[in-house]
Amino acid sequence: MSSFPFLSALIVVPLIGALVTAAVPKGKPRQAKFIALGFSLAVLVIAAIVTIQFDTGASGLQFNEHYSWVPDWGLNLAFGVDGIALVMVALTALLTPIVIGASWNDADNEKRNVPTFFALLLVLQATMIGTFIASNVLLFYIFFEVMLVPMYFLIGSYGGARRQYAAVKFFLYSLLGGMVLLAALIGLWVASGGVLDWQALVDGEPLDTGLQNWLFLGFFAAFAIKAPFFPFHTWLPDAGGAAPAGVAALLVGVMDKIGTFAILRYCLPLFPDASKTFAPLAIALALVGVIYGALVAIGQTDLRRLVAYTSIAHFGFIGVGIFAFTTQSGTGAVLYMVNHGLATGLLFIVVGMLAARRGSSAIADFGGAGKALPLLAGTFFIAGLASLALPGTAPFVSEFLVMLGTFSVNKPVAVISVVGIILAAAYVMWMYQRTMQGTVNPKLVELPAMRKDLNVREKLVVAPLVVGILVLGVYPQPVLDIINPAVESTLGFVGVTDPAPTVPTADSVVTGDN
Amino acid sequence: MSTMVLAETQMNFPTLDYVGLAPLMIVFGVAFLGILLEALVPKAYRYIVQLALAAGGLLAALVMIIPNVGDHRPALVTGDGSRVDSIVIDGPGLFLMGTILVLGLVSILLIAERRVASGGAFVAQAAVPVGSRADVDQARKEGLTEVFPLTMFAIGGMMLFCVAGDLLTLFIALEAFSLPLYMLCGLARRKRLLSQEAAMKYFLLGAFASAFFIYGVALLYGYAGSVQLVDINAAVAASGNSQVLLLAGLGLLAVALLFKAAAVPFHVWTPDVYTGAPTPITALMAACTKVAAFGGLLRVFNVAFANSGNPDGTSLAWDWEPIMITVAIATMVVGSILAVTQTDIKRLLAYSSIANAGYLLVGVIALGQALGATLFYLVAYGFTVLAAFAVVTLVRDSAGEATHLSRWAGLAKRSPRFALIFTLLMLAFAGIPLTSGFAAKFAVFSSALEAGQTGLVIVGVLSSVILAFPYLKVVVLLWLQQPVDDAPSVSLPGPMTGAAVALGVIATVLLGVAPQFLLNIVEGAGQFLAQ
Repeated sequence: MSSFPFLSALIVVPLIGALVTAAVPKGKPRQAKFIALGFSLAVLVIAAIVTIQFDTGASGLQFNEHYSWVPDWGLNLAFGVDGIALVMVALTALLTPIVIGASWNDADNEKRNVPTFFALLLVLQATMIGTFIASNVLLFYIFFEVMLVPMYFLIGSYGGARRQYAAVKFFLYSLLGGMVLLAALIGLWVASGGVLDWQALVDGEPLDTGLQNWLFLGFFAAFAIKAPFFPFHTWLPDAGGAAPAGVAALLVGVMDKIGTFAILRYCLPLFPDASKTFAPLAIALALVGVIYGALVAIGQTDLRRLVAYTSIAHFGFIGVGIFAFTTQSGTGAVLYMVNHGLATGLLFIVVGMLAARRGSSAIADFGGAGKALPLLAGTFFIAGLASLALPGTAPFVSEFLVMLGTFSVNKPVAVISVVGIILAAAYVMWMYQRTMQGTVNPKLVELPAMRKDLNVREKLVVAPLVVGILVLGVYPQPVLDIINPAVESTLGFVGVTDPAPTVPTADSVVTGDN
Repeated sequence: MSTMVLAETQMNFPTLDYVGLAPLMIVFGVAFLGILLEALVPKAYRYIVQLALAAGGLLAALVMIIPNVGDHRPALVTGDGSRVDSIVIDGPGLFLMGTILVLGLVSILLIAERRVASGGAFVAQAAVPVGSRADVDQARKEGLTEVFPLTMFAIGGMMLFCVAGDLLTLFIALEAFSLPLYMLCGLARRKRLLSQEAAMKYFLLGAFASAFFIYGVALLYGYAGSVQLVDINAAVAASGNSQVLLLAGLGLLAVALLFKAAAVPFHVWTPDVYTGAPTPITALMAACTKVAAFGGLLRVFNVAFANSGNPDGTSLAWDWEPIMITVAIATMVVGSILAVTQTDIKRLLAYSSIANAGYLLVGVIALGQALGATLFYLVAYGFTVLAAFAVVTLVRDSAGEATHLSRWAGLAKRSPRFALIFTLLMLAFAGIPLTSGFAAKFAVFSSALEAGQTGLVIVGVLSSVILAFPYLKVVVLLWLQQPVDDAPSVSLPGPMTGAAVALGVIATVLLGVAPQFLLNIVEGAGQFLAQ
């Protein structure tokens, strides 16, 4: 393995990019856009190199880097990735250039500063990658909190109506989670005698059970708000509805995954006993999220809010998969995190394209739009089908794995979660029907923009996501190979083993690990 | 046990330790010299001479702290070896003095600024009735230069307050820094009536606090037979006298100290005084007075009322801890909730300073274990708050400083650099990582949790979420709202205000990104001299 500090580069390169982009004069937006795109593509290349060099056979953290920062607090610049972190880094690195492309004209408004917008996107990327690759709990926390600042300004300065309200709500909700996390983190710091390196904590003596419970609740509350799980979800529809489409894609596609990622990385290995104690609670919240998110999504009148609510349902599935504690469901949950990033990212971006043409994202303002925009409608349809997890699209594989794993240990939960799939078909199909099919809304005819189908830039933006959804839908094995060892080692910390498979055929078909 | 220094018939004069006393002597000496110069130097040169003298004096005092670093001794020694703890040179004391000097130097820059407002932020006479001919007259003239010696007296008093080892010296120091501050509060050039009200209010309530203090000293002397902190600590372990005297004395003393620290329920003066006082003086109070008040609180509670000097003796901490915890919780919660509703930036910062006093009290209650963290917090908060008030002096319209928040709407459009700086300061107050605010909170909360104060830490983190809301409100105003029609403009800072803002911002970022060097210093400062 090369000694080049790839992981630091994943943070430093976008930060340098942000500085360069921000330095571009306000009058030259085009220059800023290409600089930002260039830097985000550079990050993608680095992430690709890391993915290729990653050793799928080994467990534990790889590409470890370690620099001292504040020894008194046990704070080190320590980086390392396991399979779960790697796929999340790859997802972030892939989505960012796509989002930059999708947001190409979003900030074009004489009142808004275009270079700052793209600089903030790059800062956001750097901090999000930081949360995935940090292997020191306090370092993770720092990225987790600092991340709020660029996102706050992206929503608040560049969003749609009610953006101020949404931005403040997002910030305060996340800060509440962050502060609870800080208290628990300090508790962990005291209990461990000043050690905050993840590897050292995992290798050390397990904590006292009573303390574990409290610390778990502190960590879990922060991550449940971030994910978000029911009932901590109310900020997401507001933020997702008010943010510019590309930013919403990053918000739901990547940032929210930090919650579920952190549950896998921190809650389970650091507090194994507490994880088992609170698993029923977490599964209950997740199940409520699956049903509630889907039901509320059906009732939405705004496309962005609808997509945001579907995400709450999907995060429920991820939560079920994590806390069912089987390799299949865990692997399914992690794969779901990736697939959901692709599917919902695409959905948000397509909705953004529609909204940019129509000047509104209210469902009632569309109707029969597909006739004039066949390509856009087709992409929208693919994104919708992926969102409802149709076989052949990537989310199907992950949803199926989650259910399969859950079914082997907890049949009622698996059965209830199936209802979520039926509801998903309802909200997606009805959304598509109301916007794209039927009689053409007379107002649409008057808008010249509603007759312009996808242009070259937009095709370039959606193509990688469509390809990704379809390829991972039929051949998820490479990603599963990366994820599987990490999930197994995570569950090993909790100390649970899979029950003997009762449906061996399904097992061998999908994961091929037995 | 008791040396009964006060009661001895034959005075036994102590020898002075000039190196140890040098920082104090320089500052007080410069203050006296400043008064003399007022009479001798021609009017045209007074401003520049006074400014040079004050800044030079503070720098010289700062330099004279260095030879004392590492020492742990009383600064006065009697010939027969008996102990005189009037002034104690120890690590935390030196650190606190140094902090006050550095923050005082930055405040002097703000006080001396005359470019931003014509004639400076001060008028010549505080007591002239508002609206009278003399008042109209002095509004047109340049401010006089007595503010420099007055500030130097205040800074000297604050320094003495942090190193006083007996209650009487503590009282003298308290008066030495309070009286000039009362005076300075009444000197604002604009909004004279508010300024006079602030001075009056601060003086009346401050006088009450001083009375409480001296009453407490009397009761404690009755209990311990000495006013020296170490003797009181020894008496707690050994004396058979009534505990009523001890506890009542402790309570009265605590009231006075908590008043200066602006803790709930002794905080009511803070918003009015912070708003009415000239903003450079508000900055001085928010930064330096805070350091002095907590320096005194830390020393009194650590040396006299905890068993830090007396590990085997009974600890009085059991008696005062529940009350102090209640005060700390009330301070954090009330300060942060009331900050939410404020519509004036100076009042908002005042309530934020109250809430921050609550976080500092968490450090005080955790005693020796959190001493270093509390010192760190004082430095971090001092620099940020100085920079914040320095920025407030720059936002002006025709009526002087525009402090009402509605007037700040959309200022980022015209002055993005100013908005960026203020946003950074607000994020630091909110405790976002990579700023000094986070470093300070982490230091205090982690030490407090180590000392077993779990409840306080939880209230602390939750109240910081509430407190984040008003800061965020300001950020929203600056960036996300449309400017009002006759919006105030952000003045170009003169070199001195510019330097103050720059120093504050640099410290805020530096302590956030690389806190280790200051952590090493506060750790090296060790504990108070208690034996």
